[in-house]
Order: sequence, then C-alpha cells, then structure tokens
Amino acid sequence: MAISLNVNGETHEIDVDPATPLLYVLRNDLELNAAKFGCGLGQCGACTVVVDGEAVLSCVTPVSLMEGREITTVEGLGTIEEPGPLQAAFMEMQAAQCGYCIPGMMMSAHVLLRKNAEPSDREIRDALMTNLCRCGTHMRILAAIRRAGELMQQASAPTERRAG
Amino acid sequence: MGGGTAIWANAGSALIPKGEEVDPVRFIRFLAVVLILILIVAAGLFAIAWRGEIEPVAAVDPSSFNEDLVAQGAQLAAVGNCIACHTVPGQPAFAGGLAIPTPFGTIYSTNITPDPESGIGNWSEEAFQRAMREGVDRQGRYLYPAFPYDHFTLVTDEDNRALYAFLMTREPVRSTPPQNDLPFPFNMRMILAGWNLLFLDKGPFQPDTAQSEEWNRGAYLAEGLGHCGACHTPRNRFGAVDSDRHFAGGEAEGWQAYAINATSPAPIPWDADSLAFYLRNGWHEWHGVSRGPMAEVTGNLGLLPDRDIAAIATYVASVMGEPDQTRRERAEQLKAEISQGQTAVQAAPATDTQAGDAQHPGAAIYASACAGCHNGSKPLPFGGLRFSLSTAVNAPNPQNIVNVVLFGLPPSDGEASAVMPAFANVLDDQQMADLLAYMRERYSEAPAWEDVADLVARTRSGQYKVAVRPADGIERGPENVGASGGAEDAED
Repeated sequence: MAISLNVNGETHEIDVDPATPLLYVLRNDLELNAAKFGCGLGQCGACTVVVDGEAVLSCVTPVSLMEGREITTVEGLGTIEEPGPLQAAFMEMQAAQCGYCIPGMMMSAHVLLRKNAEPSDREIRDALMTNLCRCGTHMRILAAIRRAGELMQQASAPTERRAG
Repeated sequence: MGGGTAIWANAGSALIPKGEEVDPVRFIRFLAVVLILILIVAAGLFAIAWRGEIEPVAAVDPSSFNEDLVAQGAQLAAVGNCIACHTVPGQPAFAGGLAIPTPFGTIYSTNITPDPESGIGNWSEEAFQRAMREGVDRQGRYLYPAFPYDHFTLVTDEDNRALYAFLMTREPVRSTPPQNDLPFPFNMRMILAGWNLLFLDKGPFQPDTAQSEEWNRGAYLAEGLGHCGACHTPRNRFGAVDSDRHFAGGEAEGWQAYAINATSPAPIPWDADSLAFYLRNGWHEWHGVSRGPMAEVTGNLGLLPDRDIAAIATYVASVMGEPDQTRRERAEQLKAEISQGQTAVQAAPATDTQAGDAQHPGAAIYASACAGCHNGSKPLPFGGLRFSLSTAVNAPNPQNIVNVVLFGLPPSDGEASAVMPAFANVLDDQQMADLLAYMRERYSEAPAWEDVADLVARTRSGQYKVAVRPADGIERGPENVGASGGAEDAED
C-alpha cells in the first residue's frame, strides 16, 4: 500500500506491505537508524519513537496506522552540529556504554520532559519503565535526563525571567 | 423526611372516610395506638439489629503469639488476599484506604494494622472473630459487604485465631482511611441488619460428608477465606452474590471474572491439574497468564503449600464438572493445532495471515502488532498465548481483551512476570475495534461482539474504570499503574 509518513517534520511517500511494523520502515526505507531493533516483541524499548507526543514501541506499531500522524525519532531532536538538549545532556554525562538502548531512552525521556521539565527520579524511572539497559548505565541515564531538564529550562528561562 | 410525612398524611386521609365527623379524642387515641405499634416494631427490629461494643483491650504484645500460629495466619491471609483491598498501592501493607467502587458508592478499606487508634490494635480476638463471622466491627457497627464477611463467615475459629495472630504482629501504621462516599440510605449501616437477614448464611463451614477430605478442604478455602465467588459469582441488585448462579462469572475492578462453572468460556476445559498449575504459577500453557485482580490472587497463592492449592483446584474443577463430548473433541483438536502451528511458524515467522485476510481491516494490525509474540515459536511463559486458546477472545464480553490491549500488562519489579506493551497510544477506538473483530472472527467460533469501539472509548477515557496493577507485591504498585481512572483513585 502507498502511505504518506510524517517523520521529524518531513513527509515521505512510501509503498509497503500494510503488515509491516513502523520500525522496519524507519530503518530500511527511510534509513533513519536511531531507533533500534532489540527484541522485536515490544519488551525492551530500544525501538521507542514518539507518535503524536506519546512514546510508542515502533517494532509492534503497524505502519498502516501512521498516515497523518506526527512521528519523531532521535534524528528529530537535533543535529551533530547542533545537538538538542537531550542529546547534549547524554553526551555531557557520558550516559552511553554500548549505546544500543539510548535512542529509546531518549525518546521516552523526551515525552516525559515535554510534560514535566523537572521530574523526580521516581517519575523518570516510571517513564522509562519499559526501556531496558543491559550495560548498567542507569545512574548516568538518570543524571543525563535531569541535566536535559535543566538545559531545557535554561533555554526558555530568559523570557520567563523577564516576564516575572 | 418530606416524603415520609406525605405518605403518613395520605394514610390518615384514607383511614378516615370523607364527610364524617372526626372525634378528636378517638383520633388521638388511634394515633397513639399506631405510634406505640410502630415503636414496638422498631424496638424489635433494633433488638435484632443491635450489636454491642466489645471492650477495647490494651496494647497486645506481639511476642505473646506463637510463631507457628503467626506463620499459619500468614498463609491464611494469602488465601484471603487481604492485602489487595487493605493496602493502597505503594503505601504500607494493611493500612487501608483503598477506594472500592460499588454500585452504591465508594467504600474505603479499613486499616487492619495493630495501631490502637486508627487500626485494630485495641481489638480483642473475640472482636476479630465476630467481625469475620458476622460483619460487625469492635464498636458494634455493621461493616459493608465490600468486606466479604458473607464468605469469611465460613472460616473456623482456629483459622480466625491464626489470622488475628498474623495481623496483630504486623507493623502498626497510624493511618485513618477517608470517609465512605455513600448516599442515603446506604450510609445508614443499620440497613445491613436487613441485608444480613436476607443474604448472610452464618458459618462456620459444614463439610459435605459425601465428598472427599480434599474436596472439603478445597470448598472450605474457596468458598470461605478465598471468597472466589465474590468476583466469580454475579451479584443481584442488592449487591449480594446470586447463589443460584454460583461461579457463573462476575466483575472486579473493571475486569470480567470469567465463569468458573460448567459455562466456563475456556476453549480447552480446565481440569484439577491445570487449575493447580495456574493457581500456583499464575499462568498455564493452555490458558495464558493471570492478570487484573487475579494476578494478585495467584501471586498470593504462591505462599500456600501444594496440598491446599491442589484442594482448591479439585473443588473448583468439580464445580466446573466434566466437559461434554463436543468440548473434549474441540480441545483435542486445539491441542493438535497448537503443536502443529508452533512447528509451522518456526519455519515462516512473523506474519501469520491467511488468504482473504487482506480484506479485513484488523488483519494488518494483527500481523504487525500481535503476531510477533502470539504466533511466534516461543511457548508460554516466554511467548504470548495463541488466541485460539484465549478465554478473553472466546468470552461473551470483550472487556478483558480491551483492557489488556489498551493498558498492556505492566511488568513486576525485580521478578519474573507476564508483560505486554500497551497499545493505547497506537490504536484509536475504531482501529482497536477492527483488531478485536478480526481476532474474534479468526480465533473463536462465538458470535461477533457488539459496540466494541464504544466500549474501548469508555475504557480509554476512564468513564469505565479499570485498575491496572503489576502481578507482584501490591505495595510496590504505583509506578506501574497504567490506567487512568480507578488506579488514580486508588492513589488519592
């Protein structure tokens, strides 16, 4: 079937079997390789992307339902030259060991921070409940997400201060 | 009050024929007689209904209880699943305060820790025995049957003694639950005296001498402390279990409690062995995983010795009865299909669509969202259940499969448990209805469900409240609570 996909603000026209999971289209057709194939069963979170502002597991998300919906992947958070606050914070805190889970972690964190820029550790743990990391960098991931929240607040702070 | 006065006024005018002179003295005498009769009847009812206070006791020394008795009480408390209702997820165990929605209003569970002021710390064993047998608290107030004393009444004095020992040796917690939110007349506890006359069949349990000792042990645990029927038997309009429809299926916290009698919708009929395995482990290869409020039940039953689990299974299997020839043959056919299917799928994984499926709007959704686990090569508990075996897909009401697809199965913390991703953010109401229609058509011989999109919408919005909790200890719950509505209430 022909389908029009909106990914990171760009529209892509593709022709796929409607039974294909979104992850395969992102990686194979659009060559957006941030989202990873981990378990393929929606259990590890490595494939997490954002659809209409909510975290979804793209390996079990039917691409046939994505027409007209707004999809965001790590590629949409910033560029190598200008990393977004989450990307900058993960680099600053050296939150990646092997790094395979990190794009999924970042997308879950992105959804959380857009709703709440100052989450408690409890809230971060809840939001990342379905994102598994086997290397054990959890403490750095927590630190990176707290730092990203700070960076986001700093970015929006001057106008707010003036207003206050 | 206004309504009452109007009724009496009408009664008066009916008794006094129009146009006759009324002798005021005779009329006053008549009124006095009526009033006295009313008072006598009221006093009689009051005498029946009245339950006195049992004197408070000074702090009970936890070390005064025999260790074996406390250990026995811990097992019994697991059978009773006391912790599930008497604990707010994430809060201290047994401290109460969980909102229990009922058709009559919201009831909050009580604090059953040994705190003397807010819990049951000043209850004597006699007061505890009376609460279990009669549904009356230490002060003599009627308890609401949300506390299933209509089942607990069957518990023996010895087992109540052990339960008392267990509860009185827990950590005391100072915590007063919120006031019940019940409209008049349900806020009048005295009306429960009438309810008890009608629906409370006082125990203790009387064994059936025609049955085996194991059967009787199972009946005692399942009908009494286990209170299976509190969820699995439908309730009448007074909120009492309808004993004519024993185990015919009911509802709990937004989940369907399936029929566990001869009308069980399980595609492969249960027997004592499969029931025992399921109650012990929380899953069975032909039936899937326990979830919703049943996950807490099987989680708790893990504490029981094998012989008690086997007894419950024997009893419940006997209530279900032997399946007829048709069901047995169908079961054998399903088992054969499953073993063939697993081999076939290993060769050609993922998309398990059939010719003609492409026309069904749910088929593509199923292939990419469900088939990976549910038609994969991994058997339970590592893979998902084949839906041809699923009670949820074969049940008369689609509520449970709606709950699971919307909210998923949240993982337990730090222990093995069932897990499934939530699809609420992927599927809209119609897409979910399409998916479920496809699953029903493909994996069940039962007729299509009706109005599924509407049910999905009401469940998603929280208008129909569903409690979603992980299978493990309820004390660690809130970070894993996924559903809006019921679960949020519970946290408040």
